[in-house]
Amino acid sequence: MIQVTVKLFASFRIGRFDREIREYPQATTVGDVVRDLQIPEAEVGILLLNFVHVDLQRQLADGDALSIFPLVGGG
Amino acid sequence: MDKILRINMGASGGPSQSIEKAGEFTALGGRATTSMIVAKEVPPDCHPLGAENKLVIAPGMLSGTTGAMSGRISVGCKSPLTGGIKESNAGGQPAQVMARLGYAAIIIEGKPATDDLYKIHIDKDKVTISVDNSLKLMDNYPLIEKLRKEHGDNAAYMSIGSAGERKMAAASIACTDPELRPSRHCGRGGVGAVMGAKQVKAIIFDDKGCQQRPPKDPDGFKAANRAYVEGIRKHAVSGEGLPAYGTNILTNVLNEAGGYPTRNFKTGFFEGGTNISGETQAELEVKRGGLATHGCHRGCVIQCSGVYNDKDGKFLTKQPEYETVWSHGGHCGIDDLDTIAMLDYLDDNIGVDTIEMGVAIGVAMDGGVIEFGDGEGAIRLVRDEVGKGTPLGRILGNGAAMTGKAFAVERVPVVKGQAIPAYDPRTVQGIGVTYATSTMGADHTAGYAVATNILKVGGDVDPLKPEGQVELSRNLQIATTAIDSTGMCLFIAFPILDQPETFDALLGMLGAFYGTKMTGDDVIALGKKVLNMEREFNKKAGFGAEDDRLPRFFKTEPLPPHNITFAVKDEELDELYNWG
Repeated sequence: MIQVTVKLFASFRIGRFDREIREYPQATTVGDVVRDLQIPEAEVGILLLNFVHVDLQRQLADGDALSIFPLVGGG
Repeated sequence: MDKILRINMGASGGPSQSIEKAGEFTALGGRATTSMIVAKEVPPDCHPLGAENKLVIAPGMLSGTTGAMSGRISVGCKSPLTGGIKESNAGGQPAQVMARLGYAAIIIEGKPATDDLYKIHIDKDKVTISVDNSLKLMDNYPLIEKLRKEHGDNAAYMSIGSAGERKMAAASIACTDPELRPSRHCGRGGVGAVMGAKQVKAIIFDDKGCQQRPPKDPDGFKAANRAYVEGIRKHAVSGEGLPAYGTNILTNVLNEAGGYPTRNFKTGFFEGGTNISGETQAELEVKRGGLATHGCHRGCVIQCSGVYNDKDGKFLTKQPEYETVWSHGGHCGIDDLDTIAMLDYLDDNIGVDTIEMGVAIGVAMDGGVIEFGDGEGAIRLVRDEVGKGTPLGRILGNGAAMTGKAFAVERVPVVKGQAIPAYDPRTVQGIGVTYATSTMGADHTAGYAVATNILKVGGDVDPLKPEGQVELSRNLQIATTAIDSTGMCLFIAFPILDQPETFDALLGMLGAFYGTKMTGDDVIALGKKVLNMEREFNKKAGFGAEDDRLPRFFKTEPLPPHNITFAVKDEELDELYNWG
């Protein structure tokens, strides 16, 4: 198993959590985490893994920090 | 909008006024109008606070119509902060009211021979320019309260606080919102100082007896507007994120991307970011009986603003924007929302740009004036120094560059003298290109590459690499110049970049209103034309390629956590305006 810090933002927090350390099997992908949290893939806007943009196919490693945002903007 | 009002504040015997036909400006607006008039009429080498500079005010092409999102007002002049051409726009009510009164532009020129302070009242019958020295050195909130008693609540107000009268280079022009709060500001570039130099304290627009501007093709306009509103509402950014959390939704995004400039651009991650994020702010606003969703002008369907109440549930300020929360927050090492909200109120009241003011304070902290993280100290600097016009206050109120020089700070984040906003150009390289090359000085709105680099709206360009950034910034700067001319809120860019049918709806509105056919190519041509004029003005004002650069520390100091520098080459920056 690997430990991953998962951070959720904006509307994704509603009914879920802000930040949790979660355990996943080896070879878990970002997409697996998104599905596990029942976030519709179409609503995912920004995925940042250890400060870097990634896609749903990226495989996670022990100690990773994953931030999941809906499509947001401002400025 | 078939007429232009020209006011000469320096006419012998007191200010004079004349009305001209709008001519080529009848079907133009916003930045196109202000920049074309400034380029044509203002000597580029004039002193920005002198009689030769002009303050030009223009509503957008669709302001004063039933069209959604059409309430931006543009103010143009030669900037006392940058020394180049300036267009600064704001929301609030004035654009709609000024457009219904029929004015395509107001040009305020000259300079009074006496030290009298004036107000200008405009209604459908006449323009009244009168001396009112009782308003001297009043700040915006008490000023508007006083003016409302005299001119009523049907009016929209533009005004300067004490900073504008003191001609500080960070001074803004306040515009009242639907609740008549002076909370929407033409902030950047010191436009308030130019209004102060003209000795105009307030402009009062009253459109009693005026109608909405009628489209040439009412049915076509109505249908296009409906499709436009639908497009804005269905896009996740403009329909969900911005209404729910406001622009401050970006604090967590930029922090998680390692691009949040912290403690005067020393790192890209602020450990206190969560405390001042849009999510935390929206929750607090609702808990205290304020609003997390609020429009800055009637006709806004995005409603990205809000109402921030203090601990006792009393109105403190409008919802501070992301850039404000950053400049007074992470940039200064402050992670307390109440402190930031108080600073936002003080800035609005005194009448200074929240970006320039916050960045100047962070630079002062780096220079040892107060410690990073000292919220009380920051409030004292703004309230008691800038607000009272002390020598220290005048240094800070003249912006980050002046402050850096005064306190011998090496790391001064400015381009063309204007403070760099809330996105580090090392981690968001595309916005670095915009900061470096914009005719406005460092300005994130001039070509918001953050959308494509970080938010993944309107495409995807890797933020950490130099490749593709010049082309991206060029295209965005051209498009933005055109949007700034329509008078539309820039946040329509999110849906129109992603949804071609929403862009078509906007073109349809413009076409149906003016009885012409407008294409995407026309929009691009307009953007290029205005940018070329602005750049030509800047060249004549003394700017060269060497001014289209970021401060050197962005090229030499790697920024944690990515530990990279700004890597777009100077020669590439020089290609930005080569669009053939």
